Amino acid sequence: MTTPMQSITSRSGRPVHTHVSYDPARVARMQTDCLCVHFEDRSALDDVTLQFYPHEMTSLVGPNGAGKSTLLKCLDGILEPTHGVVILDGQPLRGPSPRVAYVPQRSEVDWKFPISVLDVALMGRALHRNRFLRLSESDRKDGLTALDEVGMRRFAKVQIGALSGGQQQRVFIARALLQDAEVFLLDEPFSGVDAPTQALVLQVLARLRTAGKTIIFATHDLVMAAESADTCVLLNRKVIATGPPATVLTVPNLQVSFGGAAILPTGLDSRP
Amino acid sequence: MIDLTSLLLEPFQHAFMRNAYAAIVLVGLICGVMGVFVTLRGLAFMGDAIAHAVFPGVVISYIVGGSFLVGAIIAATIVSLAIGFVTQSGLLRNDTAIGVFFVGAFALGVAIISTQQSYARDVASLLFGSILGVSRADLWLTFGVGSGVLIALWLLRRHIVTISFDRTFAQAQGLNLWGLDQLFLLMLSLTIVISLQTVGNVLVLAMLVTPAATARMLTTQLIPMLAVSALVGALSGVIGLYVSYFQGISSGASIVLVATAFFILTFLFAPRTGAITTRVARRLHFEHPERDQFLEDGVAGSRF
Repeated sequence: MTTPMQSITSRSGRPVHTHVSYDPARVARMQTDCLCVHFEDRSALDDVTLQFYPHEMTSLVGPNGAGKSTLLKCLDGILEPTHGVVILDGQPLRGPSPRVAYVPQRSEVDWKFPISVLDVALMGRALHRNRFLRLSESDRKDGLTALDEVGMRRFAKVQIGALSGGQQQRVFIARALLQDAEVFLLDEPFSGVDAPTQALVLQVLARLRTAGKTIIFATHDLVMAAESADTCVLLNRKVIATGPPATVLTVPNLQVSFGGAAILPTGLDSRP
Repeated sequence: MIDLTSLLLEPFQHAFMRNAYAAIVLVGLICGVMGVFVTLRGLAFMGDAIAHAVFPGVVISYIVGGSFLVGAIIAATIVSLAIGFVTQSGLLRNDTAIGVFFVGAFALGVAIISTQQSYARDVASLLFGSILGVSRADLWLTFGVGSGVLIALWLLRRHIVTISFDRTFAQAQGLNLWGLDQLFLLMLSLTIVISLQTVGNVLVLAMLVTPAATARMLTTQLIPMLAVSALVGALSGVIGLYVSYFQGISSGASIVLVATAFFILTFLFAPRTGAITTRVARRLHFEHPERDQFLEDGVAGSRF
């Protein structure tokens, strides 16, 4: 089997050369190639080259300002990288795609908005199908099924702002489920939520992984990053390390990423 | 004993009053619906800005004898683009940019109209409306433009709800935020322009904000909120016009005062959120705990 050199054009028009592996069991669903993002005078991401596969859950770990959210926004197509390219199923990503679902950080939402839990979930369905018409009865049924999966069905008619933080997070997961995407991007899905919600979100993500989806989540919880993900990416503007969590989350790597003062959770450094 | 029916029907003997009632009901409904989105998106100040920014456009078209609708839309578009452009530069906050441009545009309008002979009367009718001068043609224009705005709003309802609720998600869905924002501002400009003749430049903000704010305290769902807001808008118009007719008060002011009264009553006595209602409920709970069944059904239990 050969590995042809494919020439594709990035969004900035510059040709990008990338190796695309044709091993069908191990074709990257999404990859980044030399991704750089600059904000005015500051570099947020520098030369990030990563692969994400189907049936794989990846955790992005790094200190605040390491570029985790920036990377997720690039992968979602909201943010155009300064250099480099994001490739989805062999094609360069040009803006947002319905095949990628994104669960933003909860704080960016207008909680006072008079909208029910079911309607928030159905936003995932509303915009990339029948744009102007009413939602069909089957959409509504799918909405309730998705809410059921995250344990929120009985709150379907409640205004979104009346829920607790963990419950709100579950609704956003349901909204992402309704998008029928191939890639799921989650920005800090476990921060500020209770333990049952964490467990439930993990259970939903495990189901998606079994269904062949690609899951990428950002977190600063090292235990969560180590225990739940198949692959871990340690990030601090550059990729410090990537691979199985046990080989990535080592003391030397974490000290490079977080600085010398990083306090490690007990037990993490003694993993085999 | 005064016969109430004939009293209520009395204003309808005059053709100009019939037109006035039709106009205020239309404006109340349309402003009520648009106002819901204006208040939800925190665009009240922007609404005020557009109401003032159309002034030079109206004045110029009045002088040259063109369509005031066209003049107003051109002026509103120029000002909203200027505000967007300055905000996008990142040097100033959005409300600062609004403050600069809307007063500037308003001053331009005043400057132009002050060169005219009939200055005082023209300014008064533009600022406070001249609802009794509404003609058949004006009514049709209000109806046509208003229906257009409502239909556009209905078609774009999910887009507008999504960008109002969660902008990051809207962007991730591939929505054109800038385009939708500009389209919304255009719809807002049209709404304001067709309301100018009935309630005037200064008071139109109340028709946009007050019914929607009243509705927000009564419901936590969008569709009921739209219905209540439209109803409060139309009802304030009708009652206000009666008060104006029988008491000889300026019609625009009277309509706005009725809407304000609706707001204050709701703020105090709304079933779940009213300042007095909740206090009474709390007292009942502590002094008569045996009546809590009533509370659960009526007041405290309705959260969930």
